[in-house]
Amino acid sequence: MIRSARWPLLLLAALVAGVVFVPLLASQDPLVIGDVLSRRLLPPFARSPDGIHLLGTDTFGRDVFVRAMLAGRLSLAVGVAGSIVAGLAGTLVGAIAAWRGGWIDRGAMGAADVLLSLPRLILLLVCAALWAPGVTTVIVVLIATGWMGVARLVRAEVLGQQARAYVDAAIALGGGSWRVLLRHALPNSLAPAVVATTLGVGNAILLESGLSFLGLGVQPPSPSWGNMIAGGREVIVTAPWVSLAPGLLLVVTVVCCTLIGDALQESLARRGPDARVPIR
Amino acid sequence: MQRLAGALALFWLVLTLTFVLVRLAPGDPAAFLVPPTATAEEAARIRGALGLEEPVLTQYARWASGMLQGDLGTSFAQGRPVAAVLREALPVSAGLGAASLLLTFLVGVPLGLAQAARAGGRTDRAITVLATAVYAAPTYWLALALVAVFTYGAATWGLPATMRLPAFGLHTPGATVTGVAALLDVLRHSILPVGILAAVGAAGIARYTRASAVEIGGEDFIRTAHAKGAAPRAVRYHHLLRNLLPPLIVLFALSLPGVVAGSVFVESVFAWPGMGRVMLAAIAGRDYPVVLGATAIYAAIVIASNLTAELLLPVVDPRRSR
Repeated sequence: MIRSARWPLLLLAALVAGVVFVPLLASQDPLVIGDVLSRRLLPPFARSPDGIHLLGTDTFGRDVFVRAMLAGRLSLAVGVAGSIVAGLAGTLVGAIAAWRGGWIDRGAMGAADVLLSLPRLILLLVCAALWAPGVTTVIVVLIATGWMGVARLVRAEVLGQQARAYVDAAIALGGGSWRVLLRHALPNSLAPAVVATTLGVGNAILLESGLSFLGLGVQPPSPSWGNMIAGGREVIVTAPWVSLAPGLLLVVTVVCCTLIGDALQESLARRGPDARVPIR
Repeated sequence: MQRLAGALALFWLVLTLTFVLVRLAPGDPAAFLVPPTATAEEAARIRGALGLEEPVLTQYARWASGMLQGDLGTSFAQGRPVAAVLREALPVSAGLGAASLLLTFLVGVPLGLAQAARAGGRTDRAITVLATAVYAAPTYWLALALVAVFTYGAATWGLPATMRLPAFGLHTPGATVTGVAALLDVLRHSILPVGILAAVGAAGIARYTRASAVEIGGEDFIRTAHAKGAAPRAVRYHHLLRNLLPPLIVLFALSLPGVVAGSVFVESVFAWPGMGRVMLAAIAGRDYPVVLGATAIYAAIVIASNLTAELLLPVVDPRRSR
């Protein structure tokens, strides 16, 4: 898996390093609005007394590169946190639903059906817009609307494992029901959930930036890729870099996440359903 | 019949959920309607007229009985029936969605098949990278980029006038043309929005088609077909495509909701008066009846698509009939 996803992994690592270190080391403060008149809308590679502006400056004379890196922190953190917690919640719900069955199963899958009956974007809009917009709201809403797919996958897998001889064997040997689920059945059911969660990171980043673009997510002056694109909307014809640069970073990030997810899926599929190494 | 009943029950649950979500949310819809100079009694009168003073359960009962009679209520902000508001917006989004969905499959499926035929080659890899990038691109960002190219860019670089596309709206403002000219005007305004939605969709469908075609291409029955001497063309169209089409037809039904919802961004950038804009405006203005009406339509589209896909699968793929 590492080999087929080498480039996306490297690129993503470089990006993570960038978003962590660039705002720390930069000479320009990405949030402070200084001498607007002499610094606004400088093209990429232009120089100002603050130094060189790799990706130019925005309407308020702030450095687009440093801002985009700061925004990347938020977008990556929200995307990763949102999808991983949603993945964990989905795994938990799916596993318990399959293992317990009965009304718990019907209730959990019914709730998933209801939430899946609205396009996720519309559900996000209703939730995010009606509560106070902000980072926390976005993460909570991403989790609340993102667990259903993983829950269905894990439930199907656990049901499949439940019917197999080793589960009966573990119970016959005196393993408690929960112990057998957590130690035996669940670890063998995680592969599709891991792939779905990895692919979900890119999706979550896209949704966060979409909400921020519409003004319902991360609020300025905190930069996120989505609200930076929105901020450059008015000057898209005279200073296209203000919108295009953060969008390009967003695309690169999401492509990397997708390619890593694909590679993960391929390597897990190649092992075959019976030779799957339990993921701990 | 049982499935239909299940779908209706699901629809009702979704509507109740959105009702609860909307009513639990903080923020006072009347705050947008009451003038700042109004006295407390006036404000209370407006809230009472909107039915916001009653207990939530009473409100739910009134809304539910209205829904059962096909009455979506009255818009707080516009003072006219929600049904009338949505009737203006729905055709715009549905047209945008249908046109781009059709284009998505007309472009995506052949592209994926062409890739699968050259799987592993340089062209295949180049298209895969491009498709992954386009699929990852936010539609609103692509829209802004293309607006920059086809409006500002077309004027600056001296591109021919036919390449200068209108960036906003559904019609040319103030145009008095009718008939064919009006239709052409709408078509010209549709090129960018439909094209962008279709490009993103086609990238996804191409990825799916390529993966399935490669997978089916490795199956034993394809090898058998080749071995018994069937022409490569015949194998491709008769054996491969026949097995590829059923999931694609189902996918077509399942893609509709995503396209309709995805048009929110495109409508926002291009200022199209569709469902997305109605929804955004209603949310911003706490226009609850419109929010509930719009989500009802979205939910109906999703549930109807799922039901169609479920019923369609055994028809197009007899092996799946139980």
